[in-house]
Amino acid sequence: MTATIVEKIFSRKCGSDVRAGDVVMAPLDGAMIHDITGPLAIQKFYEMGGRKVFDPQRVIMLFDHQIPADSIEAATIHVYMRKFAAEQDILNYDINEGICHQVTIEKGRAAPGEIVVGADSHTCMYGAAGAFATGIGSTDMGFALKFGALYFRVPETIRAEVSGKFQKRVGAKDLILSIAADIGADGATYKAIEFTGKTVRKLPMAGRMTLCNMAIEMGGKAGIVAPDKVTWEYMKGRRKMKPFELDSDEDARFAERRSYTVSDLEPQVAVPHNVDTAVPVSRVAGTHVDQVFIGSCTNGRFEDLEEAAEVLGKKKFSPTCRVIIIPASRDEYLKTLQAGLIEKFVRAGALVEAPCCGPCMGGAFGLIAPGEVSLSTSNRNFRGRQGSTEGKVYLCSPATAAASAITGEITDPREV
Amino acid sequence: MAAKKTVTVRKIIAAEGPVSKNARVWKFGDDIDTDAIIPGRFLTINNPDELAQHAFEGTRDEFAKKVQQGDVIVGGRNFGCGSSREHAPLALMGAGVKVVIARSFARIFFRNAINVGVLPVVCPEADTITDGAKISLHIKEGFLEADGKKHTIEPVPAFMQGIIDAGGLVEYAKNIRELPVCTR
Repeated sequence: MTATIVEKIFSRKCGSDVRAGDVVMAPLDGAMIHDITGPLAIQKFYEMGGRKVFDPQRVIMLFDHQIPADSIEAATIHVYMRKFAAEQDILNYDINEGICHQVTIEKGRAAPGEIVVGADSHTCMYGAAGAFATGIGSTDMGFALKFGALYFRVPETIRAEVSGKFQKRVGAKDLILSIAADIGADGATYKAIEFTGKTVRKLPMAGRMTLCNMAIEMGGKAGIVAPDKVTWEYMKGRRKMKPFELDSDEDARFAERRSYTVSDLEPQVAVPHNVDTAVPVSRVAGTHVDQVFIGSCTNGRFEDLEEAAEVLGKKKFSPTCRVIIIPASRDEYLKTLQAGLIEKFVRAGALVEAPCCGPCMGGAFGLIAPGEVSLSTSNRNFRGRQGSTEGKVYLCSPATAAASAITGEITDPREV
Repeated sequence: MAAKKTVTVRKIIAAEGPVSKNARVWKFGDDIDTDAIIPGRFLTINNPDELAQHAFEGTRDEFAKKVQQGDVIVGGRNFGCGSSREHAPLALMGAGVKVVIARSFARIFFRNAINVGVLPVVCPEADTITDGAKISLHIKEGFLEADGKKHTIEPVPAFMQGIIDAGGLVEYAKNIRELPVCTR
């Protein structure tokens, strides 16, 4: 019998033949909590009568949304979680490592064929590592921490097959913004999106993470790329695992198959206040921007910052625009530092912050005022997401963000 | 144990029948995201009553000021999309909202709502319900009445009914002796 990659993962874990639509209580390989949703999860864990977490080594804990603590409330939450980590013998990355999703993959805590949950909607990013990963709320996380298992309705899969070669300065973010516009903000609700095709196979892990990260912006339960040479190469040194075959059967039953070709794809910009609104950059070029943010779990990796630096060249950022650059993790920060890019960004006029969620969190720092416009490489442009509900957030790629930061208005990166 | 269970069941389906004398519908549109329900800057708050003071702050300020115990939210498509923050259904609960009706829900919000004891009700005709409408729910019969007009509502997925009946996931989890891992 044929199966999708998601059905295969659940079948392997459950030891029986599981199909889309089945409801299973599946064992978990990992459970991630951070400073925003973690405290409630811990509280629920205790309320459920939890005493010891199911397996401390499978619990991933770190702080990334409000770090270093931006308020006494945040600091108090950090203390509460540190105490829990110590009591439960959980390795806590604390404020030191960066954004939860980047760190989870980087540390090899999500791997091909695994089922991982996180108390954060962008947990679907771990699909780039060939895992089935999905975001859950705090009460579900309390349950997961206690039992090491969770109810899942095995999702149907939308197979997105991508072909063609990207134009220069067009990439994974432009692709996923255009896919989101095509599928719509709820077009993948309850479903997994599997990204496949020659273009995806050629993407490095960084680009695959960008794709899977935004599956949730279409309502997706998970995004996933079947593990291949790129994945297994990445896993080396992060996780002791023998490579194995894991992919959807060609004739598996998919909810839908969609094909995309990127050869003519222009840089995309999602306009306020929804993510599924992407238009070619030319349609909004010239829009004044007050703040440009390059970072987040979607686009804060070295490859993203390298692309921004390439667009920047020897130019300076516009004095009329605040430029905030935040590498996604300590590792990505170090790579950026060693490549000399941090100095380059700072000399060009940017603020480079330590790894964290930054303005994407909409509460810690880098907020926008009423009437202001933010251009951001992050994943959400909801009204008020980055501060005032009377401000506007546009989403784009690192290349488009860098080009626009130079001119102070939304700019086609191919024209800089 | 039995007595306790009755209390929690009542808590979650308190809205069965006429919601309450003065309860009203707060009507929202499509794609209401959890950032709108409770903005990111309030997420250090974990107490439902305090969260409720900031519900829809900046997008619909009158809500937190005027919402009454038992009021009902009606949304369009994809209600509760975006962030997984459970602070969103908690803020609604703190505001006294026990029922959210929508044409469709985002997955995480739907599950969070049930887990914390707010009932999400899928009503394909939710768009026709107007702001301020008087509403009564007939969950078991599968319909609701808004300003005297009947609308069909969809049943909750079977596997979630047990959680609703328990009064939320915490109560449900308390009663689990042995976890049926990987039962279909």
